[in-house]
Amino acid sequence: MHLTPEEQEVLWLSLRVAFWSVFVSLPFAVAVAYVLARASFPGKTLFDAVVHLPLVLPPVVVGYFLLLLFGRRGPLGEILEHWFGIVVAFRWTGAALAAGIMGFPLMVRAIRLSFETIDRKLEAAASTLGAGRVGVFATVTLPLALPGIITGILLSFARGLGEFGATITFVSNIPGETRTLPLAIYTFTQTPSGDEAAMKLSLIAVFLSLAALYVSEVLVRRAVKRVRGDDADGRH
Amino acid sequence: MTLTVDIEHRLGAFRLKASFEASAGVTALFGRSGAGKTSVVNTIAGILRPDRGRIDINGDTVFDSARGVDVPTPKRRIGYVFQEGRLFPHLSVQQNLRYAGLFSRGSPPSEFAHVVDLLGLKDLLDRRPGNLSGGEKQRVAIGRALLSSPRLLLLDEPLASLDAHRKSEVLQYIELIRDEVKVPIVYVSHAVEEVVRVADTVVLMSAGGVLAVGPAEEVMGRPDLRPREGAFEGGAVIDTRVVEQDMEHDLATLAFDGGTLTATNVDALIGELVRVRIRARDVSIALERPQRISIQNVLEGTIADIGAERSGIVDVTITVGATTLRSRITTRAMEQLGLAPGLNVYALVKAVSLDRRGAGAPT
Repeated sequence: MHLTPEEQEVLWLSLRVAFWSVFVSLPFAVAVAYVLARASFPGKTLFDAVVHLPLVLPPVVVGYFLLLLFGRRGPLGEILEHWFGIVVAFRWTGAALAAGIMGFPLMVRAIRLSFETIDRKLEAAASTLGAGRVGVFATVTLPLALPGIITGILLSFARGLGEFGATITFVSNIPGETRTLPLAIYTFTQTPSGDEAAMKLSLIAVFLSLAALYVSEVLVRRAVKRVRGDDADGRH
Repeated sequence: MTLTVDIEHRLGAFRLKASFEASAGVTALFGRSGAGKTSVVNTIAGILRPDRGRIDINGDTVFDSARGVDVPTPKRRIGYVFQEGRLFPHLSVQQNLRYAGLFSRGSPPSEFAHVVDLLGLKDLLDRRPGNLSGGEKQRVAIGRALLSSPRLLLLDEPLASLDAHRKSEVLQYIELIRDEVKVPIVYVSHAVEEVVRVADTVVLMSAGGVLAVGPAEEVMGRPDLRPREGAFEGGAVIDTRVVEQDMEHDLATLAFDGGTLTATNVDALIGELVRVRIRARDVSIALERPQRISIQNVLEGTIADIGAERSGIVDVTITVGATTLRSRITTRAMEQLGLAPGLNVYALVKAVSLDRRGAGAPT
């Protein structure tokens, strides 16, 4: 399939946005999932609800709030620019931020589930062998949660590739900067001669989703086997 | 080494109040399930925090509620072998064994080789826990605990999840560890055979309390403790030495203070010490030395005591030389023979009732 430079740009931008959204949100998702799985504190239910909010809110609303908070003159936008030199308003970084936030609850849910199924007796065993809290987390808890972490990464990545409402509201539809795959498809459908390009990009979206599902399925299966303690060659 | 435990703990309606001292060798916490044995070892390991009390290891206080001392588990240097092994499923056997090394609790390479050799783990090193047999898992778990530079080893029912065959296999390895590695062991069990085989000292527990503490042959032979312990099958525990092995008949002659015993299937060399348990219900009494009888052990002795009757059954204590035997007979048999303290009698014990089940090698 031949892709025009413009289409290649769209594809590349989408992958970059989805990748960075996952990469940056992963540590936060692990931390939040761990807290939700293990800690109990007043206001936990509220915290849980807030984390899940992007899942149930209209994406446009999320985009609008992002615009208010992270716009050039928004309170968080100013902090980001002043302290980290990062501008997100109407930039691809903003698209990544929107994708990350929309995918966050999916990622947290998958990882939290994994944390909850871990046999905590193994953690006690690790502590008798000299492992402190951080050591136990790094060598037992985290590796055993790997299947959930992979699933979480996939769900969030796929969600990031498909993000539309929050992105277009927050960072608009700027070619080469914020026009990701869904936005490009939408744009082509609004153009009289864009049917062919829209179809092409839609097929690419289908292919990307299938590939992501396949890769994660293979990785999860391997990780589950590892976590169960089977040999790599499948002996049981 | 001395381990001093003096703790109190409340878990709902269950009250744990345990106080005992253990020195080198194997100390068994013995009692039926629910007696609080595992809770006691969990407090020693620092996994369970008792309400009150004090725990010292070699004079080093690891817990003292009065002074607010509570050394965290990773710093207590106590090896713990759990009932279910608890191997890390995502790590190979080798990585499991070396796990403590990640946290500067590992043992030197020579020690690693020694333990791998001792427990026969060499062929398992590259395997993963998921496809080890139950016995193999427990051997790896014992090795992993030994390789964490422990000053005390806790074994919590390490044989409970194994079938009979694996049990005796792992028990042999535990005996090996006891004899070869000079680390004191606290061994939790509800099985008489295991305790008789491995323990030097026995702490008898029931309903959260300690009933008796003492040398294994003493505590395990006390008939007064029997009614309080359902799993406890009363009898005598005798330390013997192998003086003859009849390979042709697979019979061993065991000398003890008061005579000799003939037993089957004793897996020990001449000169080795073997601890034998003779259950009271396997001992019959005769007034004259019986002739033309299949019973191989006829021991002459004197009735020292006759216990209280319980539903038609009495326990008769017979001294044979310096050794005490017990016989459980019906009250009718007692009346028919006119048994009374001071009477000279013959205790009859079938050789086959003294098989590997009751015999074991103490240190």
